[in-house]
Amino acid sequence: MSTGLKAKHQRLVLIAIAVAVLIAAGLLAAWALRSQASYFYVPSEMVANPPEPGQAVRLGGMVQAGSLKTAPDGITINFVVGDGDARVPVRYSGIVPDLFTEGSGVVAEGRMDADGTFAADTLLAKHDENYVPRELHDMTEAQKRAAVEETSK
Amino acid sequence: MHGFANPARFLRIARVLTVPLLVAGLLLTGAALYYGLVYAPPERLQGDSVRILFIHVPAAWLGMAGWSGIAVASFVELVWRHPLAGIGARAAAVPGAFFAFLCLATGSLWGRPAWGTWWVWDGRLTSMLVLLFLYFGYIALAGASAREGGGSRIAAIFGLVGAVNIPIIHYSVLWWNSLHQPPSLTTGGSAMAGPFLWGLMAATLGFTFIFGGVVLARMRAILADVQAEARLRRKAEGA
Repeated sequence: MSTGLKAKHQRLVLIAIAVAVLIAAGLLAAWALRSQASYFYVPSEMVANPPEPGQAVRLGGMVQAGSLKTAPDGITINFVVGDGDARVPVRYSGIVPDLFTEGSGVVAEGRMDADGTFAADTLLAKHDENYVPRELHDMTEAQKRAAVEETSK
Repeated sequence: MHGFANPARFLRIARVLTVPLLVAGLLLTGAALYYGLVYAPPERLQGDSVRILFIHVPAAWLGMAGWSGIAVASFVELVWRHPLAGIGARAAAVPGAFFAFLCLATGSLWGRPAWGTWWVWDGRLTSMLVLLFLYFGYIALAGASAREGGGSRIAAIFGLVGAVNIPIIHYSVLWWNSLHQPPSLTTGGSAMAGPFLWGLMAATLGFTFIFGGVVLARMRAILADVQAEARLRRKAEGA
């Protein structure tokens, strides 16, 4: 009995150590990957370390408010993607995703032009973690209070 | 704790719990999905496509919880050699794989209208796909060692090693730039408004009950298989 108990405790310690080492190794590997495994570059990385013109890259950030302009041809749009530190102008021709608006996130696939504009082939909308009902979002603070009072009567 | 390792006692408890868990789960899930698909308000930017949240998030949670359960059971099996732990891990693998697949499928359907793409190889999506493949590997390995009558120690080691992927899935959206957004529900609070949050909580609880009921039912089936086989073997040896 005493030898059985000992073997059990030995296994517990050995396997607990193995699991701890394993998880530490996995987390270290994932941590080391953090620049390679990213899906896109943010504008400050793009400005600090510009890719070769013509090299396919992805650029992600926020569409700056007031920057979205439609060219005279009607399908080409120009806008600026920023991350708070740097800004990169983007040009795109085609259908934009439904959630693509000024002030929201976007991931553009394409390449840098020689003139410093990012020519996008594909636009993906990136939404944030906030989920807000449409009615509440459109209301002012006073309307929200009124709606809450009305429903709680 | 060791009391539950006794298969006879476990079977008595499991027999009582299986049906109530399944019924409560179906009722709660049905009510939550009816609310989510019919009554919940449209989201400010996404509109009606946000409703897929009520299936996608519980599926993601159960896909990850399923493997966490396999890892804990594998640990218990390796250290204490509880036969029930290995059976529990085997029983959780198929429903876990189902929910991981459901998470990927609903995520793809949601990605098309929300992001403009069915699939991208970003950190979150890729690590979740790896989880589904780990489930396939585990199911094949555990099934093979059960058929050959050997111990399930190799499957248990695989269950422990695969657990490394679980924190990677969770942190993928925090460590790496990804198309998938960071978590809405954190220990610091919720970035999700009440009408979505409560429906999601109910759906998650309901799906979890169903998961628990299915795991218990599958454990009973595996135990019955083991007993029938043992009886046949005894008969063959006696003859």
